[in-house]
Amino acid sequence: MANGTNKLALISSRGTLDWAYPPFILSTAAAAMGWEVGIFFTFYGLPLLKKDLTATVSPLGNPAMPMKMPFGSEGFQNFNWPIPNVLMANIPGFENVATGLMKKTFKNKGVATVNELRDVAVDLGVKLIGCQMTMDVFGFKKEEFIDEAEVGGAAMFLEYASDANVSLFI
Amino acid sequence: METVTKKLDCSGLLCPMPVVKTSKAIKEMAVGETLEMVATDAGSMPDMQAWARQTKHELLEATENSGKFRFVIKKTH
Repeated sequence: MANGTNKLALISSRGTLDWAYPPFILSTAAAAMGWEVGIFFTFYGLPLLKKDLTATVSPLGNPAMPMKMPFGSEGFQNFNWPIPNVLMANIPGFENVATGLMKKTFKNKGVATVNELRDVAVDLGVKLIGCQMTMDVFGFKKEEFIDEAEVGGAAMFLEYASDANVSLFI
Repeated sequence: METVTKKLDCSGLLCPMPVVKTSKAIKEMAVGETLEMVATDAGSMPDMQAWARQTKHELLEATENSGKFRFVIKKTH
């Protein structure tokens, strides 16, 4: 606990649309409760800092991911469409379809977009740290990230997290 | 019924937006004023209670009426 305020330190390591939600939902909720919040974006989480945020979702390797239809009757919408991996792997553009369906379903249900949640996080003063090592490895430049993003390494994050009440690796 | 200073409609919004919007609205109000927030998200009931405990603002009312949740919060600091 830092100065009597609760503190949340997150590591965001996955950048697909589904995995982009948890860090932004948790960070905005915590900040809304007056907590101090920081997110360290590393490996595949790093693109979530890009100005042009284009997270997609792949059902490939997500065997538990239900496919929901964003249209039709309630029964139709609530049906879990079993999509075998072997099928997805062989249909070009399936990832685009899955991403479109997930975005539409989320929108219909009243979930904010990842872009909106990131804007809220910035607005609430959530500290956003990009991993320098990942930037070097994958060839990201700081100019590609939103202005609010900082850059740091493992030691910087660990020092930040050292007095956090809640630390999660996502 | 108590006097409500400000009203906020979070109907149709899911987690974490009711909490986020409530927090923003409270920040713009003066100490002692009350905010009425309505939501349809069933998660807003436990979330608003946790939010009030964490922020130390006073949750005067937290009720449900056929899928509509109503909260009255007093800004305490």
